[in-house]
Amino acid sequence: MAIEVRIPTILRSYTGGAKVVEGVGDTLGDLLVDLDSRHGGLRGRLVTEAGALHRFVNVYVNDEDVRFLGALDAKLSDGDSVTILPAVAGGAFGFAATAAIGDQKLAATVEPDRRVFAADR
Amino acid sequence: MARYESLLDACGGTPLVGLPRLSPTVPEGAPPVRLWAKLEDRNPTGSVKDRAALFMVRAAEEAGQLRPGDTILEPTSGNTGISLAMVAKLRGYRLVCVMPENVSIERVQLLRMYGAEIIFSPAAGGSNQAVATAKQIAAEHPDWVMLYQYGNEANARAHYETTGPELLRDLPTVTHFVAGLGTTGTLMGTGRYLREKVEGVQVVAAEPRYGELVYGLRNIDEGYVPELYDATVLSRRFSVGTRDAVLRTRQLVEVEGIFAGFSTGAILHAALAVAHEAVRAGRRADVAFVVADGGWKYLSTGAYGGTLADAEEALDGQLWA
Repeated sequence: MAIEVRIPTILRSYTGGAKVVEGVGDTLGDLLVDLDSRHGGLRGRLVTEAGALHRFVNVYVNDEDVRFLGALDAKLSDGDSVTILPAVAGGAFGFAATAAIGDQKLAATVEPDRRVFAADR
Repeated sequence: MARYESLLDACGGTPLVGLPRLSPTVPEGAPPVRLWAKLEDRNPTGSVKDRAALFMVRAAEEAGQLRPGDTILEPTSGNTGISLAMVAKLRGYRLVCVMPENVSIERVQLLRMYGAEIIFSPAAGGSNQAVATAKQIAAEHPDWVMLYQYGNEANARAHYETTGPELLRDLPTVTHFVAGLGTTGTLMGTGRYLREKVEGVQVVAAEPRYGELVYGLRNIDEGYVPELYDATVLSRRFSVGTRDAVLRTRQLVEVEGIFAGFSTGAILHAALAVAHEAVRAGRRADVAFVVADGGWKYLSTGAYGGTLADAEEALDGQLWA
């Protein structure tokens, strides 16, 4: 038995269009190395050069965010289901739009981080 | 005391009700595991967002950023717009909402009823077009004030100062707090307060997992994380799919008589997960979760009846939380 991995639309160019692929590994880090051996380039989109999960990628093991389970060191077992998703919070329109017009006279006291503003590109 | 000087004074102070039928059964002699619902639909406009809207407007007033007659700009079709419309009406501001023209008719009717003005962006072009329209309007009106709920500390502070203390007062034995993850304000504010007061409390996020259409157009590099989000406040974070959210929303009304929106179903799904874990571990648990709003605004989706597969299809591509 292997680990089932759900791939988001934007990363399916690395899996020949497949929505779901299979891999093996005792940890998430091992699994991504295993996947990269068949789907070259995939790991590089998920893991930074410093070896951490990319900030705008969320990975879930059995529907739970791996950042609270040890991130790349999160333990995996046969039969687990792994889901990869881009970071999108609820109310995506509201966030993108407010972020995009963040130069407006702003009553926010937390400094907006320009790097996370999606819609400017 | 249930008498208030005005509607704004009646914000918060919502009931916490036990769910004796949905709480898991524990083996004889084992410590109890109980679920508790914080009924945020009992706020003045029917959602948890009233707390944040009121605190954000007050904070802007106190900082001198908002003066009587000013215009507030809010790009939203959701509960925050409805809450802000009510607060703006009572505090003497004009509210302009920018939203895609394909939002549900209930939203538009509610906002107009509360006196908000609506500027529609064309449905064709999706959220990118909506964002472009919002930017254009903002550029034409540099004096309009945007409260920016994703980065406004008053959003989280509303929950630190009200939701958190209410929960602790009503449930001093709380072991878990579960809420939805959107702006992250509810979880950050309530979570920080409870962590300061309750040793070992678990703060659990339930994040809606939408249909592929919602994620489809986004590049990994175009993702975003709200400025308010601080992962160290959370203990765990669950991703809940549409089908599970619908299933739990239906269960909540069928078994306990609580008619809620679909984001509450996602929250209940996570709450049940931690409750059942506590049963398996033989640990006592008092799991409090947020009922974010009632189901009224979502009836037109048709997702309260029919098969789960039909409901999933009806909600596919929608931001249901």
